[in-house]
Amino acid sequence: MNGILPLRLEDVSFAAGGRTLIEQLSLTLEAGASTIILGANGAGKSVLMRLMHGLLAPSTGRVAWNAQGPRRRQAMVFQRPVMLRRSALANVVYGLAAAGVTGVERERLAREALAEVGLSHVAQRPARILSGGEQQRLALARAWALHPEVVFLDEPTANLDPGATREIETIIKAFDASGTKIVMSTHSLGQARRLGDEVIFLHQGRVAERAPIERFFPQPASPEAAAFVKGELPWA
Amino acid sequence: MLDAIVSGLGLVATLDLRLWEIVGLSLAVSLSAVALATLLGLPLGAAIAVGRFPGRQAVIVVLNALMGLPPVVVGLFIYLLLSRAGPLGELGLLFTPQAMVVAQTVLVLPIIAALARQAVEDAWREYEEQLRSLGVDGLRGALTVLWDIRFSLLTAVLAGLGRASAEVGAVMIVGGNIDGVTRVMTTTIALETSKGDLPLALGLGVVLIAIVLVLNAAAHLIKEAAQRRYG
Repeated sequence: MNGILPLRLEDVSFAAGGRTLIEQLSLTLEAGASTIILGANGAGKSVLMRLMHGLLAPSTGRVAWNAQGPRRRQAMVFQRPVMLRRSALANVVYGLAAAGVTGVERERLAREALAEVGLSHVAQRPARILSGGEQQRLALARAWALHPEVVFLDEPTANLDPGATREIETIIKAFDASGTKIVMSTHSLGQARRLGDEVIFLHQGRVAERAPIERFFPQPASPEAAAFVKGELPWA
Repeated sequence: MLDAIVSGLGLVATLDLRLWEIVGLSLAVSLSAVALATLLGLPLGAAIAVGRFPGRQAVIVVLNALMGLPPVVVGLFIYLLLSRAGPLGELGLLFTPQAMVVAQTVLVLPIIAALARQAVEDAWREYEEQLRSLGVDGLRGALTVLWDIRFSLLTAVLAGLGRASAEVGAVMIVGGNIDGVTRVMTTTIALETSKGDLPLALGLGVVLIAIVLVLNAAAHLIKEAAQRRYG
């Protein structure tokens, strides 16, 4: 089975409501290294991830996977996950059913995924009454159950307290270790350093800089990234 | 007035058999109509909420307008369809309880469909991105949302039930208010009032209001419990 990576974006632009949010952007995502997408608010991080995930279609240009695999080979976790009014387990099972996994396999994979994120004890609890941190872990389980080749994480800890954030980061590391490529946007530079291998820095809908983590933070090459790292560091 | 209410309640309390037959038929007709309209209206509303097709806005406007269908006009329309010379005259349904169910279903369907359309559309804004990300689109997405907000949709069903149990024009025309066959609470109240038998009319009025109140209270409790249970 061919992998769906690398993912190629060729001259991708995206405009909505008369504003160009992504402009003539080209990049390639390879398997392996965890990619962190950084940039100020409105730089286009969320739009870029939605273009890659396939939720948005580019206005011009092309988003091309290496192989057109079934849907379950890539997944996305949102800043605010939406849970259905059913049990935590049933939410994961629903995701598997939507991905075309057969009945007997669903429950096994779902329980496995819940165990991975430490939610086995609340499997039968209604998902909507779980805490924000637990719901985000459940969203990760829903993605994990699919064993995707790539997972897109859109500021997954933006609404969480430090404790819940640490738990999510531990799960993301385990996700990475299991062989899934991580593509994550974040506002926390500390988180970027803890989880990332390379940084794609967006500025006004373009890639201003792409560099390995260990090079990006001490010596950002572009003036925009330098200003961003300098300005953001006190809160990292 | 007070005397009439007291003797009306007396009639109810003594379980006058004829009266309870009327109450029973009323409930059977209205609940059947609401059940049918729910079965048809919820998926219809959800499909319009989630679907993207030309003329969608016009369909929504017409559907919302149909919520205000005058019962007598619906009654007349169904009467023409079912009358001996009408296209469905062969069925011999005119002046039967079944005809009354048909008329009330037509009356209630737009209410349930229009309210469901609004509720599903509001919810869809929250769910769409997540569901599409999971690979769920179109009809399957609509049904998922419909099921997920099922307790909120009770309100739409109750609105339909309120309409069905309260209307007199449609059942009067297609049922004919035949004693022992198609006489229901609202037609009896209209008839007895015009005959001057105020106690019976008032007694039935009180029963009608009580039934509606009990059904709404039950639905409210279910909704509250569900909210606490599922969040």
